[in-house]
Amino acid sequence: MRITVRCFAGCKDAVGSTSVSVEFPEGTTVGEAFAGMIESYPALAGYDSSVMLAVNREYAGRQAVLEDGDELACIPPVSGGADPG
Amino acid sequence: MKDDNKRVYKITTDKIEADALFEWTLKPHHGAVVTFAGTVRDNTDGRRTLRLEYEAYAEMAEARMREVGEEIRDRWGIGDVAMIHRVGTLEIGEISILISVAAPHRKNAFEACSYAIDRVKQIVPVWKKEIWADGEREWVERQS
Repeated sequence: MRITVRCFAGCKDAVGSTSVSVEFPEGTTVGEAFAGMIESYPALAGYDSSVMLAVNREYAGRQAVLEDGDELACIPPVSGGADPG
Repeated sequence: MKDDNKRVYKITTDKIEADALFEWTLKPHHGAVVTFAGTVRDNTDGRRTLRLEYEAYAEMAEARMREVGEEIRDRWGIGDVAMIHRVGTLEIGEISILISVAAPHRKNAFEACSYAIDRVKQIVPVWKKEIWADGEREWVERQS
């Protein structure tokens, strides 16, 4: 099945692209997909403990199972707003 | 009762017009409007910033801002809400985020606005890159 992986901020820099289309076996979980991304883009490894993952714009746990056509997003710790507090 | 309050949640590259958004949330049945503006500061702990670059996962950011708007509606009875986050290159002193909330009474408006900005910073996928005066550029990534 084909998954669109969206990458932002530091994850985008690690992958070198804002969006990649990746083929995964049926039944792949969110966590397995991110592990697969680290294999393809080793610079992502630094985000393994801090990244949040989202499926179709909703935050998702690593156990969630992906379906063909899903949009998986790699979301490094967010820093919107203005002040750091 | 019919809910005729208006709510807007938007990621934009345009300059944020604070006065217009304040006016937009102001209605005769409200007694209080609280507006928070986050602005670009010229330093972090004394290290000088030249400007900031913001990036968003826009579709998800707007959906999560809507979620925050629904939370403050349910918890504090907030009526009209405007929540706008700007992306792209922002200069010192410019507004990066504006949240304006209106309610019948001030206490709820203050509490809801304070909660909303904290919550936005936790769950809304927006990132900023510091362009430091010393030439370095780096994404600000921290655990909230």
